Amino acid sequence: MTELLTLNEECIPKLPRHAKLRFDEARKKWIINAPERVFELDEIASEIIQLVNGESSISVIIDALCDKFEGAPREVISKDTLSMLQSLADKGFVII
Amino acid sequence: MSELEIKQNNTIEVKSKTLVKEKLQIPYAVLCELTHRCPLSCPYCSNPVELEMKSKEIDTETWKRALSEAVKIGILQAHFSGGEPTARKDLEELIQHACSIGLYTNLITSGVLITEERLKKFYDAGLDHVQVSIQDTDPENSEKIAGYKGHAKKLHTCGLIRKVGLPLTVNAVMHRQNLHNLKSMIDLAVELDAERLEVAQVQYYGWALKNQTAFLPTKEQLDNATEIVEEARVRLKGILAIDYVVPDYYAKRPKSCMGGWGRQFLNITPAGKVLPCHAAESLNFLEFDNIKDKPLSWIWENSDAFNRFRGTSWMPEPCQSCDRKEIDWGGCRCQAFALTGNENATDPTCEFSPYRNVLDEPLSNVGKEEIPEFIYRKINVRKPLNGIGHNSNKSPKS
Repeated sequence: MTELLTLNEECIPKLPRHAKLRFDEARKKWIINAPERVFELDEIASEIIQLVNGESSISVIIDALCDKFEGAPREVISKDTLSMLQSLADKGFVII
Repeated sequence: MSELEIKQNNTIEVKSKTLVKEKLQIPYAVLCELTHRCPLSCPYCSNPVELEMKSKEIDTETWKRALSEAVKIGILQAHFSGGEPTARKDLEELIQHACSIGLYTNLITSGVLITEERLKKFYDAGLDHVQVSIQDTDPENSEKIAGYKGHAKKLHTCGLIRKVGLPLTVNAVMHRQNLHNLKSMIDLAVELDAERLEVAQVQYYGWALKNQTAFLPTKEQLDNATEIVEEARVRLKGILAIDYVVPDYYAKRPKSCMGGWGRQFLNITPAGKVLPCHAAESLNFLEFDNIKDKPLSWIWENSDAFNRFRGTSWMPEPCQSCDRKEIDWGGCRCQAFALTGNENATDPTCEFSPYRNVLDEPLSNVGKEEIPEFIYRKINVRKPLNGIGHNSNKSPKS
């Protein structure tokens, strides 16, 4: 049986086989295909999800985002990243 | 992030911050009805009453071309359905082709014909997800509803699906004769390690309309079910997602059927006809273009059937001045036509519809009438002129 996953910065997130990230040329957007649904990612979500590779911890992902978006406070980026990934984890589309 | 939830049972729900108001949308999904052949004969089958014979089915190459054309018009997901799609011997080839061109693939099956070996082939071909229908948790009632002794096999197949490594959705059509087992259906979905449970409702057109009295739930059953789902959703958060829509007979506003006619979805029948929804052939005045004759892009843009109810200009009052007209897009045309004989009628499920009484009347009798025997889905074989016809009618086996 599946168990509820609560993410923290130590976790190393990845997408399960059945959640497929790709850039959709027709819509000019990053999307995740999942069973019976499609997630259309906004700019922030796209930046986060492209760093999810099954090797980097959430903390590393946040640091990378801080480097890319200089000036944005780490705590804000951390909060956004954790909440975005958690919302996918709640539906089983992000695993560790 | 916006989430588009593509539900079976005729519903597409858009959870998006902005509604794009262009006339022609990019479709999200194609439902490939590979065959109407099926060992089951469920009396609420969504297939048309006039089922296609095997001899009319389009071939592998035509399906592959259709899938390639689907990608070109921006389609992201392909659902392989039927009938029973595993009755087609070329299913693995079609899955493989769909995956190789970037489509997300979903198999919608009864689960009664699949071996572990074939499931592995589907997995290796790239299949992303499987949905299995379960008619009830009580084996005897399950088999009575399906008209086929396959309950144990279905559960076994669900186990194999998880063993192979594919995610599983359990699809449970719930109605008057099985809603009392909703709790155990939720437990079963958890036990089977499904990630989703679709508590689907019977839509009353085609076969289901013939069996309406047998399926319409009582208000009490429904309220009880809603309570059970709400409790389970909280308890099982992150473990099992439960999709549940109130059956529209008991709703006050129509659902956004297919996310709007010709907006997000198209359906290809076993014979290659391209439909805006899988029940559209019940709108018997429409003519449908065939993938054998025309490219999918042309059909999506130009087919009369797609343009007939696209947008809002076809709508009568009170829809025309309703602030929800671009939310529900006029509801379900098939049900409206089946129940009122008027294809433009305001969906009778709407509380403002002048036809609301066509729903309220059967509802007022629910629970008072005796539950009738099922009229099972079957292929109606016309005898050839010489009178020697093979009879492939499936009679219920229970």
